[in-house]
Amino acid sequence: MSDSIVSLIGVEKSFGKNKVVKNMNVEIKEGEFLTLLGPSGCGKTTTLRMIAGFEEVSSGTIKVQGESVADKEPYERDVNTVFQNYALFPHMTVFDNIAYGLKIRKRPKDEIIKRVNEMLDLVQLKGYEKRKPDELSGGQKQRVAIARALVNNPKVLLLDEPLGALDLKLRKQMQVELKRLQKKLGITFVYVTHDQEEALTMSDRIAVMNEGVIEQLATPREIYDRPLTRFVAGFIGESNIFDGKVKGVHNGIIDVETSAGTMKVKGNGFEAGEDIHISVRPEYIKVGGDGAEGFDLEGKIKDYIYMGTFVKTSVDLKDNTEIKYSRFEKDDNFKEGDSVNIYWNPEKAVAIKAKR
Amino acid sequence: MSISKKQKKQRREEFIGTVYSIIIYSILYIPVFVMMVFSFNNQRYNYYWNGFTTMWYSKLFSNSALTESLWYSVVIAVLATVISVTIGTIGAVGLKKYEFRGKKFINEMLYIPIIVPEIVMAVALLVIFIKIGLALGMGSILIGHCTFCIPYAVVTIKGRISGDDYSLEEASMDLGANRIQTFINVTLPSIMPGVMSAAFLSFTLSIDDVVMSNMLAGAKNSTLPVLILSMNKSGITPDVNALTTIMILIIVTAMILNNLIKNVLKKRKKMEETI
Amino acid sequence: MKKKSFKRNTLPALAMAGPVSLWMILFVTLPMLYIIFISFMSRGVFGDVVYEFSWESYKTLLDSTYFKVIVKSIKVAFITTILCILIGYPFAYYIAKKPKEAASKLIMLIMIPFWTNSLMRLNSWLLLFQTSGPVNNFLQNFGFIDKPISFVYTDGLVMLGMITNMLPFAVLPMYSSIEKLSKSLLEASADLGASRGTTFFNITLPLTFPGIFSSIILVFIPSLGIYTVTDMLGGGKVLYIGNIIKNQFGAIRNWPLGAALSVLLIVITGLLIFIYTRFAKIEDMEVV
Repeated sequence: MSDSIVSLIGVEKSFGKNKVVKNMNVEIKEGEFLTLLGPSGCGKTTTLRMIAGFEEVSSGTIKVQGESVADKEPYERDVNTVFQNYALFPHMTVFDNIAYGLKIRKRPKDEIIKRVNEMLDLVQLKGYEKRKPDELSGGQKQRVAIARALVNNPKVLLLDEPLGALDLKLRKQMQVELKRLQKKLGITFVYVTHDQEEALTMSDRIAVMNEGVIEQLATPREIYDRPLTRFVAGFIGESNIFDGKVKGVHNGIIDVETSAGTMKVKGNGFEAGEDIHISVRPEYIKVGGDGAEGFDLEGKIKDYIYMGTFVKTSVDLKDNTEIKYSRFEKDDNFKEGDSVNIYWNPEKAVAIKAKR
Repeated sequence: MSISKKQKKQRREEFIGTVYSIIIYSILYIPVFVMMVFSFNNQRYNYYWNGFTTMWYSKLFSNSALTESLWYSVVIAVLATVISVTIGTIGAVGLKKYEFRGKKFINEMLYIPIIVPEIVMAVALLVIFIKIGLALGMGSILIGHCTFCIPYAVVTIKGRISGDDYSLEEASMDLGANRIQTFINVTLPSIMPGVMSAAFLSFTLSIDDVVMSNMLAGAKNSTLPVLILSMNKSGITPDVNALTTIMILIIVTAMILNNLIKNVLKKRKKMEETI
Repeated sequence: MKKKSFKRNTLPALAMAGPVSLWMILFVTLPMLYIIFISFMSRGVFGDVVYEFSWESYKTLLDSTYFKVIVKSIKVAFITTILCILIGYPFAYYIAKKPKEAASKLIMLIMIPFWTNSLMRLNSWLLLFQTSGPVNNFLQNFGFIDKPISFVYTDGLVMLGMITNMLPFAVLPMYSSIEKLSKSLLEASADLGASRGTTFFNITLPLTFPGIFSSIILVFIPSLGIYTVTDMLGGGKVLYIGNIIKNQFGAIRNWPLGAALSVLLIVITGLLIFIYTRFAKIEDMEVV
């Protein structure tokens, strides 16, 4: 555990009767880019604020560099935050905003000037020293907020949905810049977002959160390819999810019975009669006249949406569930209303344990 | 054709509105005008017009009762402003930010001096002071003034605190400033316009106050409004007019200068940027 | 953990909200309670307060002389309020329709007279309306009247003084309310076929009612307790509740009676506020 720069041990947070964070355990490694990903209200921002010190932990411990921060005020912790609304001091110039932390620590004047200028270079805002926040664009404010936090050389940088207010193009640009910055400086980033694409692009590891609990903590690849829970499967990327019962297992292939029909999935650790979820990405769904052995999924083509390179098609199954599959435009000639058989390579589907 | 009819109608309404407003402004300004004119009245008391003179402007400095009461009024107004704005500022921030038992009660208490007629507040303080044996005089008047200035200060400043200010405070603490440093470096600057308004309001309320000052005045010296009130029976002398004319001219000049300076600073800043 | 919570949460709250809370309790709550207490006490022979429970003061209020004064004060305050609203509303409307820059200057223009000493302004009215003053001279010269009218020391002059004193307090809340009125609402009304008058009565008036209500409170309540205006313009002949209260603590020593009258004012005030909060459903009263 000497690698861990931030540890959350049994951390819980309640607001009155409402338990917002439940028994959270995370070891954040030094130098990693860890994202807390989840929908609104899942507790990700609250967790971040507990690390920063703006919320008190209801129970459990948070350690930074091995030391508990329970007694430490925000200004005593070696972490800095980039706020969602930037929180730039409106009555101070860009320079004074960035220099704030150093001034409070009473650093010598020439050191302050040197380090602030380094930061301005780093975020490409040289020449903006004398501007006031209300004279900056969203992206510029964002960069000042980052500079202001980084100039203090924190061990950990906490970012609370920093790109939320930017338009799409700028957001994508900033994602790349932030990642580069993190790699260059080697500082641990703890990043909060609800945008799963953003998380997948930038993170070394992602903690997918839902209702106060981490459903899965893994690399982006793993989370995408092998979601652990139904929620993660549904939240990350697009997926078709089936709920069913295990009919039988042999040779690592599971036969499943669902209300839409029978299907197969690769997996182990399941018993006959057990409840199971299956997640299949649209790109792995095959549509054919005869289907495949072990599959009995009939469907009717519902409609097409052109997505540029490929086409996303909706199919209504026997039990009225709708699934989506994607194909290149030149593939298959099915028209709306056609009856088709759905199947897939069991190895490309994911078997997920159902929660008791 | 119908367009010009509508325009005519609008213009007629605009005209009526303007005339009406001018009448209202006149009614508001006539007393001020009369007050200033009579400061030049060559007459012992404010009675009828008896010729033009500027003697009262020089004479007013020799009227010791007048200058003394002016001095007391100003001193009390300054002290009341300082005390009320200080207590009011930290009070407003504290009340807006923190929850505590009895907060609702304090909020309601704050409205009492604003809403309840001043005579009631004044009498209430009078009886309490007499009961505890506090001598009536400048001190009691000061307490009385603060008692109605503080609520106005709190309400004024509270209105200027917005939700954004919390994240600014958090950002400040995140960057290493403790609560006191945060208050001085971040909170105070952002509510400064409100604080200035509150200071101006407190000063104005205090220097013009009659009711509270009259009830809580001691036997001897008093504030300017109390002096004027007591002169009403026998007749007000024009040197009082001269004094109050000078006072309003100072205030209006200060306001105009304030605006001018603000505009000049704004223009200069704009120029700095384009360079 | 407990200790830290105190240092972190309680101490700052105490330091900031403490002084103002203490001040309010010491100089508002306690005095008010004491005044209410005194109103139920008896008056001693020499005018001091004797701590014996008694309804005497309240009964005196119902005594015809005092009762008449109370009714008159309420009537005068009421008329003053109505007039201020009627005069002030069109004025507020006119300013609200102006562009923001001009409007704030016009508002500032209203406030300037109030930076002059209020007593001197009242004295000005006295000068204008005195028997040999400009108004009487004007009316006589142009043949409207034969003999000078004795305006001075009348209810009428007092009311004029009160109206000119209270007008800004009436105009500001109404201005604020009218200014907030979204222009699109008026346009929608016109679009649906309503004439200017209909739009005014159905849309503008109801939606600006909160402002009007604020104005009522800000004018009526102070008017009830006024005594400087009556002193300056009434010359001891015009006496309202405020004057009576003052006298009980001055020349005529009858504290319990003065206290009872004060309690009456408090009750009327409280009643109005109660109606206000029920009616207007506003949590934090926005005072000027």
